[in-house]
Amino acid sequence: MSGFGALWQDPQVTNALLVGTVVSALAGLVGVFVVMRGQAFAGHILTDVGAAGASGSLLAGVNAWYGFVSFGLLAGTGVEVFGNRARSRDAGTGIVLSFAMGLEALFLFLVTRYTNNAGATMLILFGSLFTADPSLTPVVVGVALFMVALLLFIYRPLLLCTVNPEIAQARGVRVRLIGVLFMLLMVLAVENASIVAGALLATALLIGPAAAAMRLTTRTSLALLLAAGIGVTVTGLGILLAYESYYWPPTGRGWPVGFFISALIFLIYLAVGFGRSSAGAGRSSAGAGHRPQKGA
Amino acid sequence: MFFAGFVVNAYISGAVIACLAAMVGFFTLLRGSAFAAHALPKVGFAGAAGAILIRADPIIGLAVFATGGALAMGWLGRRGRRDVAVALTLVVALGTGALFLVLQNGYASDAYSLLFGQTVGISSRQVFDTLVLGVAGIVSLLILYRPLLFASITPEGAQARGLPVDRVDTAFLVITGLATAVTVPVVGILLTFSLIVAPAAAAGHLTHRPLRSLATSAGIAVVTVWAALTMAFVTGLPIGFFVATISTLVYAGARLVEFLLRTRTDGGRQGVR
Amino acid sequence: MSAIPVLEVEGLSVTLGGRTVLDEINIRIQPGQFIGLIGPNGAGKTTLLRVILGLIKPDRGTVRIAGGTSRGGKPRGGNRFIGYVPQKLHLDPDAPLRGRDLVALGLDGDRWGIPFPSQRRHRRIDEGLAAVDALAFADKPVGRLSGGEQQRLTIAQALLTDPKLLLLDEPLSNLDIRSVHEVVRLIAGIGRQNGIAVLLVAHDLNPLLGVMDEVLYLARGRAVQGRVEKIIQKDVLSRLYGYDVEVLRTAGRILVVGGADSGLDVLDLAGGFHCGHEGGAIS
Repeated sequence: MSGFGALWQDPQVTNALLVGTVVSALAGLVGVFVVMRGQAFAGHILTDVGAAGASGSLLAGVNAWYGFVSFGLLAGTGVEVFGNRARSRDAGTGIVLSFAMGLEALFLFLVTRYTNNAGATMLILFGSLFTADPSLTPVVVGVALFMVALLLFIYRPLLLCTVNPEIAQARGVRVRLIGVLFMLLMVLAVENASIVAGALLATALLIGPAAAAMRLTTRTSLALLLAAGIGVTVTGLGILLAYESYYWPPTGRGWPVGFFISALIFLIYLAVGFGRSSAGAGRSSAGAGHRPQKGA
Repeated sequence: MFFAGFVVNAYISGAVIACLAAMVGFFTLLRGSAFAAHALPKVGFAGAAGAILIRADPIIGLAVFATGGALAMGWLGRRGRRDVAVALTLVVALGTGALFLVLQNGYASDAYSLLFGQTVGISSRQVFDTLVLGVAGIVSLLILYRPLLFASITPEGAQARGLPVDRVDTAFLVITGLATAVTVPVVGILLTFSLIVAPAAAAGHLTHRPLRSLATSAGIAVVTVWAALTMAFVTGLPIGFFVATISTLVYAGARLVEFLLRTRTDGGRQGVR
Repeated sequence: MSAIPVLEVEGLSVTLGGRTVLDEINIRIQPGQFIGLIGPNGAGKTTLLRVILGLIKPDRGTVRIAGGTSRGGKPRGGNRFIGYVPQKLHLDPDAPLRGRDLVALGLDGDRWGIPFPSQRRHRRIDEGLAAVDALAFADKPVGRLSGGEQQRLTIAQALLTDPKLLLLDEPLSNLDIRSVHEVVRLIAGIGRQNGIAVLLVAHDLNPLLGVMDEVLYLARGRAVQGRVEKIIQKDVLSRLYGYDVEVLRTAGRILVVGGADSGLDVLDLAGGFHCGHEGGAIS
């Protein structure tokens, strides 16, 4: 246990903990709505599109944050417009995604070939909280706090639109506006997580804690708290384990944070599921023929 | 020089891969399982990284993880939301892949070449493997055609007729994993999804007949891959980028054709009246 | 009645996840009869259909189709005697699938391989389409048809096996008022002309009033079967629900609502409307 003593003195670790906590809390909160609205695919797409932007900005020599956010916003608009206009949701989003990934592939290829930045691919795809740029911390934290405030502000109409859009419309809620605002929330939550933690962890933190929380409770407010709590706990644990793993074989290299966090999230999800089904409440009566929903 | 062995090999395996990918894409869009089709190549990437770590053939690692991932998605999806099942399978695989890459000594160039696809240096043994697996995938899809169509559109009705819907669903996921495993080495992790989704989406705008749509998407995919291969040979850039660009253009073209046909027939009808 | 019943259910009990979903159910349906299966959400309607289809193994009791042996947990012989119309289609609006292709699945959708076109196959499909008056839109993509048109196609699909019993799971939900009456009339006509018995699940009995021979009322896992005027009565339904309900007949419609002293406010019963959350009975 040689590591934990020095842990708190290491600015890299304290920065990772701070940024990780903020990012995972926001991702957990937004994630509950993402899962409820069946938008996990859209949420994940944003990481790929963001990665295309990030690799483009690496090529252009600007900070990757701008690439992540600008491409994310573009794609968010695209998905929101296509998702509502196109008759076929999967085909429309699929085409946007496939083109974005084409750009991503080209940019990444050019980056690895011409800039001698061999780690760029690794960094963008898998990311690492430890290499998060400390100068970005105020921006990331500021954006996240603003987003939490926005989420609380639109909480009730958003919930109504999610659960029952027809009633929301009948009650005079502007469903489209709420949809666009939520897409904005999702873009910033995802890209914020992507920039500090990599595209992989952005998806993990967005979907995992929320899905586990929603297996534990059917109350939305409680699910929000639980999702944020699970996200923060898992991220903290993941950072500690990753720090400790510098002393594991192969010594001195350290295991990736992303591995610990995604594995922990998956274990929690499974444990919650098994706990529930052994309690006998999980099985729906006519379960065998039931297919939850399309759009996966 | 242009007709060097690897070039011919690339065109042959490219055609088989394109057919299989497009047929998988037809059912993918019908079932709304684009997320799974998008995630499986990435899941396979983790397997390739793992295979490199234990000095095995990366393609085998890719195939094992892609099909295993498909089974995991099916298993989890029956017990919860389908999109959540895909997302969780994906992140666990990617997390493991990140670990595999870190544990390797030195720079895992083999794994990275899988990101973008590789057209040079395809050996005739690889072509043979691709042909066998690809044709097996195509034949299984043709055998599964009617039950899969039935189970995709009215699962309850198919079940009432005694079809093992869960098993048909799982079989399709495994075929998707298999298609991923043969497509990725040529087209690359990042753009295998393009080849699966775009031709099928384009074909959907050209015809409403299921069998015709299936054949059209296969045709579009073969032309796309051959054109992309040619451009990749000429420019030296990764083939995946061309696959994505051509697919997007073909999709746009198909929508334009559909639009033109519709206005023409509408005009014709008005002329008759 | 000397004819062999199309469906005979005796002493049927089903327990799922430790909960008794169906409790000592008895049903008897004669050839050509039109039966409305009515009941609130969670009464066990879908479970009952799945038992009849042989997809759920009952804990006790027998289910006989056309005098055959009792069903286990397997849909033996592909359920050729039963036409089943599921609640909804899982379909993208852009799916490359015509109405004709959807109907064709009823003919041979459970066979392996791709279908080979033949005169006979084409004629059978055309007959099915004609039976539900769907020839006009048979070549349009299914995803862009209206709910009523899609409903007709799924009925045609279920009819292609020449069933003796037609099971329809909530075919009227998500339809507008006019389509509801069209679809009901269509189903009743098909049943009468071909001597097919119909078991139609609905949460509102009113659209079925003119056409159904008997009602099968399901609540709390128990069932009563009989003519509407005998079953839809205060005392019968109160016994079934286990608390007082009122049956109101007004303007040719029947409303079943929770009684004033039942202490329950929301009732999603045969009245077919949702009472407000505020008070007891009718809104």
